[in-house]
Amino acid sequence: MAAAIRRFLDSDLWWSFTRSPVTVLSAIVAAMCILGAAFAPWIAPHNPFDLASLNLIDAFKPPAWHEDGAREFLLGTDNQGRDMLSAIMYGARVSLLVGISATAFATLLGVTLGLLAGYVGGTLDSLLMRICDIQLTFPSILVALLVDGVVRAILPREVHAEIALFVVIFAIGISEWPKFARTVRGSTLVERNKEYVQAARVIGVPRARIMVSHVLPNVMGPVLVVATLNLGLAILAEATLSFLGVGVPPTQPSLGTLIRIGNDFLFSGEWWITIFPGLALIAMVLSVNLLGDWLRDALNPKLR
Amino acid sequence: MFAFILSRILQALPVMFTVALISFAMFAYVGDPVAIMLGQDYTQAQRDALVAELGLDQPFWVQFATFVVNAAQGEFGLSYRLSRPVAELIAERAPATLELAFTAAGIALLVGVPMGVYTGLYRNSWLSRFFLTFSLVGVSLPTFLIGILLILVFAVWLGWLPSFGRGDTVRIGFWTTGFLTVSGLKALILPAITLGLFQLTLIMRLVRAEMLEVLRTDYIKFARARGLPNRVVHFGHALKNTLVPVITMVGLQLGAIIAFAIVTETVFQWPGMGLLFIQSVGAADIPVMSAYLLLIALVFVTINLIVDLLYYAVDPRLRIGRGKGGH
Repeated sequence: MAAAIRRFLDSDLWWSFTRSPVTVLSAIVAAMCILGAAFAPWIAPHNPFDLASLNLIDAFKPPAWHEDGAREFLLGTDNQGRDMLSAIMYGARVSLLVGISATAFATLLGVTLGLLAGYVGGTLDSLLMRICDIQLTFPSILVALLVDGVVRAILPREVHAEIALFVVIFAIGISEWPKFARTVRGSTLVERNKEYVQAARVIGVPRARIMVSHVLPNVMGPVLVVATLNLGLAILAEATLSFLGVGVPPTQPSLGTLIRIGNDFLFSGEWWITIFPGLALIAMVLSVNLLGDWLRDALNPKLR
Repeated sequence: MFAFILSRILQALPVMFTVALISFAMFAYVGDPVAIMLGQDYTQAQRDALVAELGLDQPFWVQFATFVVNAAQGEFGLSYRLSRPVAELIAERAPATLELAFTAAGIALLVGVPMGVYTGLYRNSWLSRFFLTFSLVGVSLPTFLIGILLILVFAVWLGWLPSFGRGDTVRIGFWTTGFLTVSGLKALILPAITLGLFQLTLIMRLVRAEMLEVLRTDYIKFARARGLPNRVVHFGHALKNTLVPVITMVGLQLGAIIAFAIVTETVFQWPGMGLLFIQSVGAADIPVMSAYLLLIALVFVTINLIVDLLYYAVDPRLRIGRGKGGH
């Protein structure tokens, strides 16, 4: 273990990481977002879902540094007297959960289909790539909206409310798999003609086994980069859907939901209900995007 | 040339067919249109009459053929939510979306290209660094948040510009335009900036990357060696050669602009097709959704075709020796 850590600290990756202050800063911000979200139930100052602790007298309190603000509500409160900081931490939890799950779903689907298309080839390949082409003609947010709309129309209202979170994950995942499939297919086409694959084929390793344990590990590098860059997009897609009112249910508000709720109070001057969740969203997405950018450059030997 | 256009159109057909099939499948199988149109109380006889009237008792392919024939004539039936012809609803809303989209694309081009050229030429100046950072923030900011921030600053705090609607519009034939009134133009500013900002940053980054690439080439060095003034080298030789990918991307991004208009129109309550679509998604109003889907597919396919043709017109290399490489 210690040797592994030492090897990592000696690697080019770590070296380029420490050389880039922006990357270090975004790693810190991303870590803070993830930790704050993951441990929200233990470290958030209030529980925004505990109705008993809410008091309407506390409603519309501005942030603590404002002269009307209260010290216990650092970032102010919303229309129901909910502490904004706690609501943001719980909201970031939902946003991250949906973003990570949707990206994982898209990765799984895209890598599987891309590997099959690239390795098996033939009709399957052309069919899958045609589907990719057609889907890539449309922006992914439109596909996600459509999938969400169709599922909404198929399921009865009560059932939908219960599984709305999974519907959103499914819709965003479906809208983003072609990127992964294309990347993996491209690298698989290169790998399948290399000697180690031919050698494996000669000694009679089954096709499925070659794909999974020989080709797959060698095409995962680019996938990691695409996944990191995609995480930011998935979080934004979820926020957009929730902002449009077709995303996660209002009982589990994500950052996008909080922004939508706050948007109603923008004109009466209660800007903090919208702006703070918005800033949290920007911080999260920007730091993830910067990390993705760095990873892409650091893993690309041509740019060294 | 003719064969090229024909092959492109033939490639576009399966896309349109697939989208039509999906859009019809939504129409036919999602939700229960009869129950929605009849409301709470109805008898079986009323139901049967409506089913026969709508042709829902016909086999799938007959229904699909009817759907395609009707769609080709702009006939999409009635909206469940508003009980009005879908074609009429969309025609009413299209001018608003198109004016918004083209203004946004115009802003993105007119501001993005010069910024890209500048950052490409003066890579290390502080203004370039500022532009680049700004573009990264632009990419990471969700559209709706840009809209909210603009509303907060320019409508709520400063009170300079309206925050919702289209202002006063003038009717010219079937087209309603906001370009001819002061309030219409004022209402257009914030939504157009919101919608165009993302494309602006994309164009800027693309032009910058292309400029950096082109400035390294021999013919630029040669042009400099000949003692041509910088202005001629930069704009006559360098920028011209970056324009091919820029044209392509702007064309393709026009589709993305129309899609993201959904978000912008929601934020600004802009009475366009996007707002109609999102209200339909919320109400599971399938006829509007499938009509919108088909329309957008048609727009995208047309834009792709035009971009291909532009490529063909702009890049002489494509006209000879086609067949190898490329897509």
